Amino acid sequence: MNWTWFHRLGSPPSFYRFAERLAPWLGVAALLLLAYAWYGGLVLAPADYQQKDAFRVIYVHVPAAAVSLSLYVLMAVAGAVALIWRMKLAECVMIASAPVGASFTALALLTGMLWGKPMWGAYWVWDARLTSELVLLFLYLGVIGLHAAFEDARAAARACALLAIVGLVNVPIVHFSVEWWNSLHQGSTILKFGKPAISADMARPLYAGLLGTYLLCAYAILRRTQNELLLRERGTRWVREQLAAAAGNRDGGAHVS
Amino acid sequence: MSPEFWSMGGYAPYVWGSFGVAAAIYLWNAIAPRLRRRAILDSLADDE
Repeated sequence: MNWTWFHRLGSPPSFYRFAERLAPWLGVAALLLLAYAWYGGLVLAPADYQQKDAFRVIYVHVPAAAVSLSLYVLMAVAGAVALIWRMKLAECVMIASAPVGASFTALALLTGMLWGKPMWGAYWVWDARLTSELVLLFLYLGVIGLHAAFEDARAAARACALLAIVGLVNVPIVHFSVEWWNSLHQGSTILKFGKPAISADMARPLYAGLLGTYLLCAYAILRRTQNELLLRERGTRWVREQLAAAAGNRDGGAHVS
Repeated sequence: MSPEFWSMGGYAPYVWGSFGVAAAIYLWNAIAPRLRRRAILDSLADDE
């Protein structure tokens, strides 16, 4: 098999152009899927027989919780690649994933609190699932803070990669906490073996919401990786070309208006 | 939309609160990287 395309994609200017072409399609697909998911979740899906309309929080809670774990794995894998192969693109992907992952971890926690109050009677309990998800948020914030604390980009990436990899131990703890400990949190609805514990008209918007959220995260991470590449590669010819193109666009816009 | 839809069977603050927070975070993820790119391009253009 010919792997040259892979090596070419690893070079900053090639990846920048690749992201520039791919990102708009990801954004449009995410918007369509999320519009269907929210309409389906709020309007089309029937109320749950036990939780009534309160169950609709699932349509924002589960996708946020799912990407909060997936993006952490992505961040740690990118960190490992950056440590082992000193790959600049992997360093940029790692640091680009952190704010996106942190925002969806916060969303999972906030929507969980808003779901917990009417169902459990409390916004917060120091339960294994909730506590380990809070630790996940602190790990993301730790990576962001650590990155900001270094002047040198290479040293920053190495420190962040180490923290991200060590923190990976928390990911299975979050995922299996509802099985390992006696948790107030309900078990998995869809991410389990056998039949999903949800009817089809409730499940379809949920799957669309999951896919849409993953695509939006891909969009945000591609765009943020582009930003990191522009900063890391400033002064190079391809960044100068991007600056010239951006200036040209602005002048062109001024003429039209 | 009917009043029953907006009241969400009495769970309105929790359901609409969740979707409101979610809308803010989805929008931030869609918009923030673009604003940052403009800021980076402007600052790099000033350095040139």
